Amino acid sequence: MNAVHPQSEVLGRNERRVLNLYVISVLVVFLLMMLFGLAMRMAQGTWLSVRPDVFYQLMTAHGAGMVGTVGLASSAVMWFFLRKYVALRLSIFVANYVLFLLGAAAILAAVFIGGYAGAWTFLYPLPVHSMGIWSMNAAALFMLGYLLIGVGFLLFYLDAMLAIIRVYGNLGRALGLPWLFRGQIDKSHPTTVVASAMVVITNSLGVLAGAVVLVMCLINVYFPAMPLDALLVKNLIYFFGHMFINASIYMAVIAVYELMPRYSGRPWTVSRPFLWGWAASTVMVLIVYPHHLMMDYVMPHWMLVMGQVISYTSGLPVFVVTAYGALTNVHRSGMRWSMPASLLMLSMFGWAAGIVPAIIDGTISVNEVMHNTQWVPGHFHFYLLLGVLPMVLALMFHLIGTRNAAAAGGAGLSFAAYLIGGLTFVGAFLAAGHVSVPRRYAAHLPQWVPYDRIGSIGAILVIAAMLSFTVYIVAGLLRSPANAGPARTAG
Amino acid sequence: MIKQDAVWLMTLAGVGLVALAFVYVISQSGKPADPAQVQKSAYAIRRWWFLVLAVFGIGVTYASLRPFPIANQHAPSRTAQIVTVVGHQWFWDLTPNQVRAGTPVEFDVTSVDVNHGFAIYGPNDRIVTQTQAMPGYTNRLVYTFTQPGKYRVLCLEYCGLAHHGMMTEFEVVAAREDQT
Repeated sequence: MNAVHPQSEVLGRNERRVLNLYVISVLVVFLLMMLFGLAMRMAQGTWLSVRPDVFYQLMTAHGAGMVGTVGLASSAVMWFFLRKYVALRLSIFVANYVLFLLGAAAILAAVFIGGYAGAWTFLYPLPVHSMGIWSMNAAALFMLGYLLIGVGFLLFYLDAMLAIIRVYGNLGRALGLPWLFRGQIDKSHPTTVVASAMVVITNSLGVLAGAVVLVMCLINVYFPAMPLDALLVKNLIYFFGHMFINASIYMAVIAVYELMPRYSGRPWTVSRPFLWGWAASTVMVLIVYPHHLMMDYVMPHWMLVMGQVISYTSGLPVFVVTAYGALTNVHRSGMRWSMPASLLMLSMFGWAAGIVPAIIDGTISVNEVMHNTQWVPGHFHFYLLLGVLPMVLALMFHLIGTRNAAAAGGAGLSFAAYLIGGLTFVGAFLAAGHVSVPRRYAAHLPQWVPYDRIGSIGAILVIAAMLSFTVYIVAGLLRSPANAGPARTAG
Repeated sequence: MIKQDAVWLMTLAGVGLVALAFVYVISQSGKPADPAQVQKSAYAIRRWWFLVLAVFGIGVTYASLRPFPIANQHAPSRTAQIVTVVGHQWFWDLTPNQVRAGTPVEFDVTSVDVNHGFAIYGPNDRIVTQTQAMPGYTNRLVYTFTQPGKYRVLCLEYCGLAHHGMMTEFEVVAAREDQT
């Protein structure tokens, strides 16, 4: 054990088994969902023949699968680091995994057996108004799958909340709120606890909103005489969806705070700007969701203005605190550019750069010409594929340490393929959005096809890299306990 | 320059700046320096960096919201040309389907079944404006066309099996001479 792999992070036998299950499962699902994505891009590029009903099934499975799996992978990151500071129950972590598997099975059955293709956003009333393409039971099974996954996450958050409160007294203290205006900040207060407290507050609310809207929709499936208000449902869905995916980023970024200092040899401790950034993000992530509803003109206009303003201000903690903090941590540090370090740096670039087109699209007058074009998958793939996924992969490569010697050399080539492929893939989406190519179309006009083909090539490179990462990581995890890499002492 | 081109250039510039910052830091990472000194200079720059972003954000917010880009949804209509738009799975109903350039056109957009996205594509195949078509609600979209020609309507909210085929056209005729 050393400063890179400290004693406090050693996994017990059962913990190791459960974490391995998480890691291997998410890698396999990521690969499968990437293949679904590639099939869609190749179909749009006329390189592959896919019937529209199958295309929209793939699209539904890809969206639900990726969002859920990013959430699951990020929860593993949070669990791995938070358990050093508070007592998390392994049984709850297992329950989250089991409920996820059950939910995923229900979703896959609803889509590929029941033919459900109402998109991951299940916008009412599409799930119950398919024009005979799928049954009510298929729609209900899809929503039931979501509910199971949501219950798993809620259990995990409640357990984390309880454990944090036991140690820190309340969530406000865990967030560092008493130090926002005055007082000597305790530099040993863990950044992980701050981020985790923020996530358990916000995403518990997000998951609860999701559960409410899912139950409303499920009742409507079997009692259509109780119609729902489409705008209310849309608000609840986007509140939940926005929160869930953002919570995944906030859970995954814990890997950056924890690991970056070990590879740079410099500490990354809490500071007043850091605490302000997380406190502000806690509030902002709760009220920013109307930026998804800017084209719903009947929404109260003050909410749309709030969506725009908070979209802008939400970028400040990312640019000024986290990405800038990472750059400061690495600048002239003598950083060792191992795989985890490279992935951490890539993740910071992907997050910071990816939110540029997202923030611009959060402007009402820009949204008028960019909403639901491929600009949108362009920006969210940017910060998910090149931001969040590298955070998760960094922890995975960190976990295997030097157990898989091949990973040290061969994975470098895969990293280059991932970076180039990822930039090509998201660049093709953004360029297509720039020329108004709609998102979620099973068939494209001839003038849009070149973008699809370039995107497909990027996706092939990403998948090849991901396959190679998966082999290295799984082989490393299944070997005997860590033979940790050389240390740099932080501080 | 159309709006999309401006957005594209701003994005390239923003992403490029972020990339430059990362490339610079990575290139300097192999030359170790006193951490305290690095942190001191970085924190001093951060104050200015924060201030620049905040001032820029306030300026863009003000400029982009005045005049407010969305039509008043409740005031009595003041436009002479009104088009009723109804989205169906999977076709559009536009009445009338010809409007005149140079004067505002009000589109009253709704849906009889599921959510649709009412997006108007100009003769150059770029979106000129859009709103959502939602069951139970009518969104009022007001737009003044400057260029005559064939405009296409595409659905931009996923609505089921034939979503990608949900297209129609309408015509914008030249403004009357007394309006130009």
